[in-house]
Amino acid sequence: MSVTQEGHPDTESSFVGTSYHGRSLIGYLFLPALLLAAVVALFVAVSGRELSSGEQRRLTLDNIAVNAWQHLQLSAVSTALVLLIAIPVGILLTRPFARSITPPAIAVFNVGQAVPSIGLIALLAIAVGIGFWPVIFALVAYTVLPVLRNTMVGLRQVDASVIESARGMGMTKRAVLARIELPLAVPIIMAGLRTALTINVGTATLGAFVGAGGLGELIVAGIVQNKQLILIVGAVLVAVFALLIDYLAGIAEEVLRPRGL
Amino acid sequence: MTDGNDATATPDGGSAKIRLENLSKRFPGQPEAAVDDLTLEIPEGEIVIFVGPSGCGKTTTMKLINRIIEPSSGRIFLDGEDVTKVNPDQLRRRIGYVIQQIGLFPHMTIAENIATVPKLLGWKRERIAERVDELLETVGMDADEYRGRYPKELSGGQLQRVGVTRAMSADPDVMLMDEPFGAIDPITRDRLQNEFLRVQERIHKTIVFVTHDIDEAIKMGDRIAILSDQSHIAQFDTPERILVNPANDYVADFIGRGASLKRLSLSRVRDVELHDWPTADEGASHDEVSRLLQSSDKSAVLILDSQRRPLRWVNAEHLQRTGDGGSLAETGLPPEAVVQPNATLSDTLNEMLTARYSTAIVVDQSHAYQGIVDIDTINETVRSMRTAERGRLRAESSEAEEVSS
Repeated sequence: MSVTQEGHPDTESSFVGTSYHGRSLIGYLFLPALLLAAVVALFVAVSGRELSSGEQRRLTLDNIAVNAWQHLQLSAVSTALVLLIAIPVGILLTRPFARSITPPAIAVFNVGQAVPSIGLIALLAIAVGIGFWPVIFALVAYTVLPVLRNTMVGLRQVDASVIESARGMGMTKRAVLARIELPLAVPIIMAGLRTALTINVGTATLGAFVGAGGLGELIVAGIVQNKQLILIVGAVLVAVFALLIDYLAGIAEEVLRPRGL
Repeated sequence: MTDGNDATATPDGGSAKIRLENLSKRFPGQPEAAVDDLTLEIPEGEIVIFVGPSGCGKTTTMKLINRIIEPSSGRIFLDGEDVTKVNPDQLRRRIGYVIQQIGLFPHMTIAENIATVPKLLGWKRERIAERVDELLETVGMDADEYRGRYPKELSGGQLQRVGVTRAMSADPDVMLMDEPFGAIDPITRDRLQNEFLRVQERIHKTIVFVTHDIDEAIKMGDRIAILSDQSHIAQFDTPERILVNPANDYVADFIGRGASLKRLSLSRVRDVELHDWPTADEGASHDEVSRLLQSSDKSAVLILDSQRRPLRWVNAEHLQRTGDGGSLAETGLPPEAVVQPNATLSDTLNEMLTARYSTAIVVDQSHAYQGIVDIDTINETVRSMRTAERGRLRAESSEAEEVSS
């Protein structure tokens, strides 16, 4: 080695950024195509059969559309509320001043998740009556915890030296939160949100028991009337719906993930 | 002794850029203060090194200056202004800050990282872009290539450069650097240190630099504060004087046995007199070279190419082997131990030992031959440095006695 000192840029480990998601276009289209095929197959199978009058009344496209719309509303509203509650609370609980109240706060949110959702829905129906909002309340209580926990983990895993250098350059605490901590926590928060969304879509099915509608109505009707076809249609549609939502949430995760991570 | 405070700076003026006054830091739940009643003045335009063993409070002390850690008591002056109570965010925008882990923002590009403080200060977009490019070029990184990259796409040395660059972005007078070259391999570290010193020669920032490595302290520091427990100052002086005249056993221990050797890090090749050496052009004939060799007292001739770059050493044995009239192109030893004028004598000695030569060839920036440094020169430098320092110390202490008597 010679003691020369020009500033060679050391390029040994440099590489141009690779794309953060490795899926090809075909990879992206596979699941939607599969779900579409399932729905079309279901439609063909049902329309090709002689339907009883009860089945005919239940399995109209209008009816199913109403149920799907109710289901979407239940899932979307509950998830939006979860976001509005869990992210601010998660931020507060990771601030240094809240260190002492973090464990009891987590315990409170834990109760919501520990009680089985069907029990919670039933209790709420008795306590506050049937309909849309008791179901929303139960869904929120059930899924706040995963989002809250991921928000906290996401914020805590941000490298302390990154925060220190930001503070050391004179960024205010609020700026560090908004421009450093939250962006860096997005991947983990999004993972929690995706979990919550998936749980909500599935659990919203139970809303049918307390008159909140949704695709669960088909399943309940199928069981009550002992009509297997209605039951199958309801079950397949719930599954397709849940997979579709999870797929969309997966794409959102990738899009929202900051570049450079 | 005289009251030395008059000679240095006072809180409201003078040459002290930073003044720490009776600064203490107690962490809750710890029986002893981490920093105990520290008073220190940091002169403008110098690199002051805080060095000491782990846990001595050197990093805490540095972080008290920009109040990343708030002092429990005492005062901090910057440019004579008491900044102990001013808005810490505003204060930090005036002070560059580099930490060992660098702490680049992984979700921002290199340009966005460097632009952090200028953005906080509300600079115009064009001015920021210009500044980013200028700084990248300063540290030898091609702006077009690197400004849009993300930190994960850079090597350790490059990350480190960007870290320092980011701290300099708003051109602060003062920079705090906590082991900035700590987590890098020795070769890259050496290069970055030299690069940084070269930049500092131009920009003359006031720099507080924390390290646990006494060799780095000696190399980088204009002044070194050797700290013991609770950030007590064991000695605060120039590297020369600390090496020649350690204030107490603690300092002597910390410097270690190799003090004479370490002194070699203090002088550079350009500070010593270069020796001449018989040289010949690469086109020179066998005859010319052997005549040259016979007429000199040296054992070999250095062959240079047309741009005066060293090519080979040729000695009598080589000449004999090729025979009269033979070509000299294929014979001789490669010119190892080649250094530039800004290399330290310590580096130079190291090169010689590695190459097992008793001489090192000095070349300029374009690698053209300048002269020779040999072992004797290095030896002589160490000796004269020691005598000079002893003499100066003796003169100073007698002067002090005169004044006090």
